[in-house]
Parts: sequence; C-alpha cells; structure tokens
Amino acid sequence: MLSLSRRKFIQGAAAYGLAASFFLSNTALAKWPSKLFSVDKKKDFIKEIFGDAAIEESALIQIKAPEIAENGAVVPVSVQSSLPNVESVSILVDQNPRPLAAQFVMRPANRSNIATRLKLAESSQVIAVVKSDGKLYSSTKNIKVTIGGCGG
Amino acid sequence: MKNSIRVRTEQKAEVTEVKMLIRHPMETGLRKDSKTGELVPAHFITEVVCKHNDADVFTAYWGIAVSKNPFLSFTLDEVKPGDVLAISWQDNKGGSDSVVVDI
Repeated sequence: MLSLSRRKFIQGAAAYGLAASFFLSNTALAKWPSKLFSVDKKKDFIKEIFGDAAIEESALIQIKAPEIAENGAVVPVSVQSSLPNVESVSILVDQNPRPLAAQFVMRPANRSNIATRLKLAESSQVIAVVKSDGKLYSSTKNIKVTIGGCGG
Repeated sequence: MKNSIRVRTEQKAEVTEVKMLIRHPMETGLRKDSKTGELVPAHFITEVVCKHNDADVFTAYWGIAVSKNPFLSFTLDEVKPGDVLAISWQDNKGGSDSVVVDI
C-alpha cells in the first residue's frame, strides 16, 4: 500500500515537472514579433519593420531564386551572405499582403546560407535584409509570378 | 503520430548542410474555402528553433508567406562526429513538435 502511493506520488511529481518545464520553455520562446509580421504592404513597410536605421545595398548578399516562378505558392528562395557577424536575416516580399516573410535570428556567424520556400501573391521584389555588426544591409531580386500564391 | 519534422544532414568540404521539411498546412488566414466561400482560419508556424549541442544556431520567426509543408536548409560550421541537432517548432494555434537528430 505504501509503495503504491509512493509510486503514484513519484509519477505525479514527474508529470508535474514535465508540465512545468514545458510551460517554461513555452514562455521563454513566446516572443514571436507579431507586430512586424502584421505590417501591411500599403504602408512604408521597410520603415515600420526596421525603424529609421539606414539600410545599405550590399553585393555580399546574394539572393538565389528563379526569375520566373510558375507557381507563386512555392518559390524557392535562398539568401547567402558573406558579411561578418551576421545577427539576423530577414526576407521580405514587397507585393505580399504582409511583406515580412521570415526572420532568422542567429548566433553571430561569418557565413550564412539559408534556403526556404515562400509564397508570392504576385510578381514581386524579394528583399533580403541582413544585420551585420549592428548595421543593416540589403539586396533585392525581382521575381515574376505567373500564377499567384493566394488562390484557393 | 509520426514526427512532422524530417531532417537530413550532409557533410560538405567545410560545412555541414542541414535540410529539413516540416509537415504543416501553413494557412494564411486570407484564403477562401472553394466550397463554402468562407475564410480558412490562419494556421501557420511562427517559430522554428534550432540548436546544435544545446547552443542556439538560430530562431526563425515565420510569417504567413512561408509555403505549405515548409522547407528549410542552412549550413553549420564546426560539426564533430556525435554532435546532435535539436529542432522544434511552434504554430499560432499552440501546436508544436520537436526532433533530435545525430549529425
């Protein structure tokens, strides 16, 4: 009898610990910048997202993507940069209803290479903004879309 | 249920390339259901966290523009045999999943 209740107690404690750690990790991660991702394309979105900081064009950032995308729902986009101490990489699509597509916050690295697939509502400029040594650098690429990515 | 994250790593000359696929609908909340004409509620991944041996590699914040069943690839420096990679995601509805793989 004693051993049974003890086991139950241990199980309960373990479950509680698990739940607590889950809750903790959840709150620690809950910092998704919803404000940035809800910025509308009709506004001056670069300013809304990055503030007044100057953004310099840089040849050290390369965006790889098809010039003509047949299907706007799946457009492979990769961003490569050889800037020093890259802290974050943001990818924006200027004609999407919500221009900010993705933002990667990373431990400072001298080389960053990210590839993903994005939805493009229509032909757009894809803008990559890289934060390096505390400064912002950007590069753009035009992508033509024949079928939009927002159809049902 | 089968894990929603599939990871593949490949050792290149200097770096290790990591490719991953996550099974997720990534609904924007702007799309209309073709039958009912009603908006399909937004359901998308907001965060992907990647750790290399407990050290953060990156946290990706995603908006609705990331494609359905998202694909992501990146490169890792200084990978030794026996290293582990932990990847987890969370979506806007509180869903989440994670995986730990040996490189």
